[in-house]
Amino acid sequence: MRPKRRRLAFVVCGMAALGAAAVLSLAAFEDNIVYFYSPSDVAERKPPPDRRFRIGGIVVKESVVRGADAMSVSFRVTDTANTIDVAYTGVLPDLFREGQGVVAEGRLDADGRFRADEVLAKHDETYMPKEVADALKESGRWRGAPEGAE
Amino acid sequence: MSGLHRFASPARFLRLADRIQPWTAWTAAILIGAGLAVGFGFSPPDYQQGDTVRIMYVHVPSAWMALFCYAAMAVCAAAGLIWRHPLAHVIAHGAAPIGACFTIVCLATGMLWGKPMWGRWWAWDARLTSVLILLFLYLGYIALANAFDNTTRGDRSSAILALVGAVNLPVIKFSVDWWNTLHQPASVTRIGAPAIHSSMLTPLLLMAAGFMCLFATLLFIRVRAALLERRLRALRHARAHAPPAGGMDTGTTLS
Repeated sequence: MRPKRRRLAFVVCGMAALGAAAVLSLAAFEDNIVYFYSPSDVAERKPPPDRRFRIGGIVVKESVVRGADAMSVSFRVTDTANTIDVAYTGVLPDLFREGQGVVAEGRLDADGRFRADEVLAKHDETYMPKEVADALKESGRWRGAPEGAE
Repeated sequence: MSGLHRFASPARFLRLADRIQPWTAWTAAILIGAGLAVGFGFSPPDYQQGDTVRIMYVHVPSAWMALFCYAAMAVCAAAGLIWRHPLAHVIAHGAAPIGACFTIVCLATGMLWGKPMWGRWWAWDARLTSVLILLFLYLGYIALANAFDNTTRGDRSSAILALVGAVNLPVIKFSVDWWNTLHQPASVTRIGAPAIHSSMLTPLLLMAAGFMCLFATLLFIRVRAALLERRLRALRHARAHAPPAGGMDTGTTLS
């Protein structure tokens, strides 16, 4: 029984050490692992104008303004605490909607507007048929982010 | 442990597998058939994603199975290292290619889903990247397990790799909670009620149960083949090193 006990202890200790190493290195690289920054992160860190990064949040309702050439569009992205103006020229994904999640990649310009060269739609984890969504909204029991963001 | 020990004998395992396998195979066929029928025929389109949401019925169960297979593989690898049961290693080796296939299905369907919904086939966010690492761990494990002529050595080194890679499992599961990702958080396994309407949860769970039975069926087949292969190799080895019968070629033997 003795060597089995020892091998068991060895495997358990090895896994614990490995887990600790993984936790520490993931914590150290957190800034590189996040896929996007929230508007609050941007307000806090103030990235330099020439740095490319991604921002993510909810598209503010009734903030989407289409330009004259039909390809340019501007909208505001919020995490409910802070908001950023985004300007973009190009095709928007099908799921791009006011009140829904969005991730934009680009740079901040001098006056704090975010010039995006790519816009991705981010959806949340709720799935339901349209009738159920409508019924929930009608009865006032809707509790998703879409209605919560302005 | 002594209760479990009885099933650690390959002969007993094979007898048990022979009895269970027809049941898992038929259950898998029925559940997957029903899941596909309900998922693609009767479940409603999503209020945001429309019919594209049906990719979920294949994508999510294969993602669960990719994680489950690896967890099963790591547990067997640990049992093989600690208690030195050869059967544990055989089961771990048997599970690896099945898990790798589930991971490939998960990644492929995920890309097909990502393009129309997010606007991109691939994004290097924490969830997608950690699942890709899972695939590489599977492939590395398979390569390492087969890289040695000595079975014991291959068993042990691949078992260590399986255990090291197990650190990735919680990272995959919680990546969507720990970091900002393009991938959305968990809908089913979360605190509180699932965020999926029951009309869509039903086909999802049918498919998941079906995939689980499919995994069991494939594992039984693979483990049976691997045990026979090991027995064959042992027989060949024994014959090659056996003393010659009748003293026909005494010139080549050492005695």
